[in-house]
Amino acid sequence: MEGINPLVIFFASIFTSNMILANFLGMCSFIAVSKETKTSLGLGQAVTFVLTGTTILNYFIYHYLLVPFGLEYLRFIVFIITIAAFVQLVEMIVERYLPTLYYSLGIFLPLITVNCAILGVAIFMVIRDYNLLQSIAFGIGSGIGWMLAIVAMAGIRQKIKRAPIPKGLEGAGITLIITGMMALAFIGFSGIVNIQ
Amino acid sequence: MYNILITVAVITGITAVLALILTWADVRIADYGERKIVINNDKELVVEGGNTLLSSLIANEIFIPSACGGKGTCGYCKCKVDSGAGPVLATELTYLSDSDMKNNVRLSCQVKVKDDMSIQIPEDLFNVKQFKGAIEIAKDITPTIKFLRIKITDGQEIDFKAGQYVQLLAPPYGDSTEEVFRAYSIASSSFEKNFIDLIIGYVDGGILTTYVHKHLSEGDKVTFNGPYGDFYLQESEVDVVLVAVGTGMAPIRSILYEMLHKKIDRNTIFFFGARTKDDLFMLDEMKMFENELPRFRFIPCLSRPREEDNWQGHVGRVNDAIFKYLEGKDSTEAYLCGSAPMIDSTVNALIDKGILKNNIFYDKFD
Ligand SMILES: Cc1cc2nc3c(=O)[nH]c(=O)nc-3n(C[C@H](O)[C@H](O)[C@H](O)COP(=O)(O)OP(=O)(O)OC[C@H]3O[C@@H](n4cnc5c(N)ncnc54)[C@H](O)[C@@H]3O)c2cc1C
Ligand code: FES
Repeated sequence: MEGINPLVIFFASIFTSNMILANFLGMCSFIAVSKETKTSLGLGQAVTFVLTGTTILNYFIYHYLLVPFGLEYLRFIVFIITIAAFVQLVEMIVERYLPTLYYSLGIFLPLITVNCAILGVAIFMVIRDYNLLQSIAFGIGSGIGWMLAIVAMAGIRQKIKRAPIPKGLEGAGITLIITGMMALAFIGFSGIVNIQ
Repeated sequence: MYNILITVAVITGITAVLALILTWADVRIADYGERKIVINNDKELVVEGGNTLLSSLIANEIFIPSACGGKGTCGYCKCKVDSGAGPVLATELTYLSDSDMKNNVRLSCQVKVKDDMSIQIPEDLFNVKQFKGAIEIAKDITPTIKFLRIKITDGQEIDFKAGQYVQLLAPPYGDSTEEVFRAYSIASSSFEKNFIDLIIGYVDGGILTTYVHKHLSEGDKVTFNGPYGDFYLQESEVDVVLVAVGTGMAPIRSILYEMLHKKIDRNTIFFFGARTKDDLFMLDEMKMFENELPRFRFIPCLSRPREEDNWQGHVGRVNDAIFKYLEGKDSTEAYLCGSAPMIDSTVNALIDKGILKNNIFYDKFD
């Protein structure tokens, strides 16, 4: 994928190839935490940070360790291990040196380990053969896209709090339906660029 | 073969490097070293940094009430932290009032000890201990209320004021996977130091009450800590009004035993609310108190007596009985126990009768 400008990848991963609304990755925390805009924003920022960090880390591990030894097939397990370790490290560092940030994110940080959007981005980066710059743009963009989706969802959920929703659909049910509608709306962007 | 070796080597290498980094971080970054906690500008503890304030205190056998077991959902574990606590956390906000915020009051289960700290806790809490006991008596006293007598089996004695409560532990059982503590008022006399009585109502689906009602039987071992609370009989000579509904009987029974033992002769009236005759209990003991305490009167009130109850006493809620039978003086002291709505409406009734708000003491059971 030599051709695509990193900037194009950046914007595409926010809008047209949004991790949640186009790829449906990272759904569990998206549904669990999207009750309040403030906390969603916190989680969104944390996801963006971890996504960027792990994408870069995984890029180096993949290209400088796995490829030379012909071990590409190990990428899933290696990526997962890297992500888990990175999240733990970040948690410790943030807790120690940035207490205010930690207190606003603290409880969400560990959640990110099991966010499949993170693994998704690392794998897409490999499948689509991005170079380093493209990978970084893709990582940051996907994080921002994920944050955009969860904050929008939290806003909607706060608005519909008092709406009469059929009992069986309350909570996760209605959230999934709204996600579907948001995804439909985002299809409107899809003609603009395509990085698949 | 070469492939397998290389695979193992690379995976091992990567995990080893990551593990090394994390171990290093754990030692260098997550190690907060030893920290000092100065309590009430007097007592000094040295604790291992990085744990919550609550668990650091418990490790040093200072028990702060913590009904939710440190999950930040009960708001009981408040204490004043003068320095070293860092900014107020999002998880604390729900439980801190404006005046708490001004006075540096924090939830000790959320605050971590990362710096030296200076905290203030009520002196009473130094008296709180953890006890091991065995169920000596477990019997149903109404269809929904159980009486427990817990004998202390670890050689300690419990020292409490009539009206205070303990926290009983339910270990993981059935679908409940965590240890939980819940508050229960001590129903026995404060002169009995080797056992405590509890009166525990059944709450549908409740974790601890289901444990007590469906799983505990005589001989079983239990753990509790206490005593806690500032609800107890004040030392004075003035008239006393006692009001309780259901399990609210517990602290009142303890107070009555205290009056009996100390031969306290105060003009005392006890309004006890229940729905039907089946929900009344310990009537014999109340009769005994009426015989032994010269100026004590017991008034049971049934809110929904059934035909077959053949009820001659007061019909209606305790509020109506207060309205009917109580001659309020502004000096009268009132002690109430029960659910929040019952307490709120009773406080209003007592104020209407002329009792001063400052003389009304209560324990809300929820
Ligand atoms: C100072 C103090 C003293 C207390 N003394 C006593 C006592 O002597 N005897 C006694 O029986 N209880 C007493 N309580 C109440 C007791 O601590 C528990 O809250 C109660 O027993 C329920 O515990 P649980 O674990 O079974 O229910 P939980 O698992 O905590 O609750 C399960 C569900 O039931 C609801 N629920 C909880 N309590 C009630 C209730 N009372 N009525 C209706 N719904 C409820 C909750 O909202 C929740 O949805 C006291 C409480 C306090 C704060
Ligand atoms: S122990 Fe319940 S809020 Fe801290």
